[in-house]
Amino acid sequence: MIADTVADTMADGIAFWPVAIPLGAAAITTLLRRRPALQRGAMEAAVLLMLASSVWLLAHVAHAGIAGMAFGGWGAPFGVTFVADRLGAALTTVTSLVALAVAIYARAEIRARRRRAGFDPIFLAMLAAVNGAFLTGDIFNLYVWFELMLVVAMGLVTIDRRPAQIDGAIRYAAMSMLGATFILIGIGLLYGETGTLDMASISAALVGREPSMTLSAAAYLLFAGFALKAGLFPFFFWLPASYHTAPITASAALAGLLTKVGFYACLRVFVVVFHAVGEPAVPGLPALFTMVAVATMVLCVLAAIAQIDVRRLLAFHIICQVAYMMLGLALLSLLGITAAIFYMLHSMLVQAGLFLGAGAMGRATGGYDLRRAGGLMRERPLLAALFATLALSLSGVPPLSGFWAKFLVIDAAFRGGATWLGVTALVVGLLTLYSMSEIWTDAFWRSPPRPGKLTRAVPPAMVTAMALLAACTMGMGLAIGPVSGFARAAAVQMLTPTTTGQDASSPTAAPMLIPMKVDRWAP
Amino acid sequence: MSVVYALVAASLFGCGLYMVLSRAVVRLVLGLSLVATAVNLMIFQAGRIRSEQPPIIPAGAKQLGESADPVPQALILTAIVIGFALTVMFAALALRSYRDRGTLVNEGAGPAEQLGDPFTGSVGDDR
Repeated sequence: MIADTVADTMADGIAFWPVAIPLGAAAITTLLRRRPALQRGAMEAAVLLMLASSVWLLAHVAHAGIAGMAFGGWGAPFGVTFVADRLGAALTTVTSLVALAVAIYARAEIRARRRRAGFDPIFLAMLAAVNGAFLTGDIFNLYVWFELMLVVAMGLVTIDRRPAQIDGAIRYAAMSMLGATFILIGIGLLYGETGTLDMASISAALVGREPSMTLSAAAYLLFAGFALKAGLFPFFFWLPASYHTAPITASAALAGLLTKVGFYACLRVFVVVFHAVGEPAVPGLPALFTMVAVATMVLCVLAAIAQIDVRRLLAFHIICQVAYMMLGLALLSLLGITAAIFYMLHSMLVQAGLFLGAGAMGRATGGYDLRRAGGLMRERPLLAALFATLALSLSGVPPLSGFWAKFLVIDAAFRGGATWLGVTALVVGLLTLYSMSEIWTDAFWRSPPRPGKLTRAVPPAMVTAMALLAACTMGMGLAIGPVSGFARAAAVQMLTPTTTGQDASSPTAAPMLIPMKVDRWAP
Repeated sequence: MSVVYALVAASLFGCGLYMVLSRAVVRLVLGLSLVATAVNLMIFQAGRIRSEQPPIIPAGAKQLGESADPVPQALILTAIVIGFALTVMFAALALRSYRDRGTLVNEGAGPAEQLGDPFTGSVGDDR
């Protein structure tokens, strides 16, 4: 009886658990500040629980369709809803996997001093914000999660309070706050135009809408804000100026998760809300997407090649990878969106893994400067093998997931008739491979620059964390059939108009609200 | 009335953007707060400000006549709180930066980007 009630309560909130668990655990770990061992245990337990809840959500969504939840029983057009579709559930699961790897890695890098400075609660709050952004069905709520993400990211970046970290955080915060402002104006305009904040309801209100000034302004401002968060051209410069200053554990979490949330918001808002596929209500948007994607891709891969600090090199690759996803979105076809979704899942795992690898490399050689590194292949063969797996996956070598991610994007480009986009993506892929081989030659292959200098041991936790992510990218590449089928189903689900699974379960609540007047903008 | 609000929001936004372009961190903080205020005014305007009636629905009616939409005001309250939190966080960063470097003006590449020069072979001191 009681067990049934508990099971029902748990099942009702199925879409909320991946947010509720880390948020609650963030509070608990704050209380445990003076007991670092206990605090670490609580953080790890929360990450495992979050993984379990998101896998449960994924299984539920794949089996029974969209899971929705309305807070306080306020229905879709008025209240804040959580809507877990295939895309949201899959992203939550991958977030949990990345979080698990980062939590394992933190055992080796995050010592008591950083735990006292609040690493665990900040990290958990970041996970809550990321999952919240993936699962919310309300556009203003999305903005709130973005802001929460920004605050906790600033906390992670400045955790050691070194001058470089403060400087990096100022650059990050200034740009991100401006981006958030753009998002907020866009939301305000969209609300003025449609009278609702629920994404599915806005989407329904915009069906067949004539292009208008307000709508265009809202779309462009939202794109500017999301592109800034995703690190796309021309708003990318804050990212390589700030991410590398954080401890590498935090950098890996930021690299794996945050920019993808920016791109996810782009995907969700433009595909679902603005009907970018089909008859676009906003002219000029597809051309802008293409230009931004190509410019970001080419510039950032060239910038990456010029770097000598491995963390900054990888930071430029984060942006370059987001550009590939943007290219998938810019094609505005089912294939393109499928490719973008698959790319997002792959990239979260691999980017985080590479940053963790850079951290292990830094631990072994004593720095992140490629010119001072060397000799790792002979002395640390396991680390070298794991790093090579992740680096090859990033550059798109079969049978790893990166190959299929690039293949899907380029295939979608050629099939969509955008030959030059496909060719650009191929060339940039080649340059990515070159850039990765640069790290490989400098840090792993050649002998150390000063003979007789030995590398230090790498803690097993670091290797385990990398192995987890390398296994994930390998698994995704080998199980390409089911995974790409899932991505395609997720894309189909996004393109099908739905009532967001939020059943009108609150008929009593709705009439109490004041109906919106549609002609509010009439003179 | 709407035009006045629009003009006020636009000028606040313009001043805010001008200050954001400054190299001094304090001006950056103030500029961002101005921009946030401008956005709040704009959303306020999206909900209309023309009613003088109390927000009570008469018996039998389903809709409040000439009234402001309450949702934007709730949005603004949320946005004000968030903006306040971010400004405080930013001010704390600025203070810390001042204590570290003795200046609030960022000239050229800061400590976050001094990682050595690929051409001269100098190596940065960042760990």
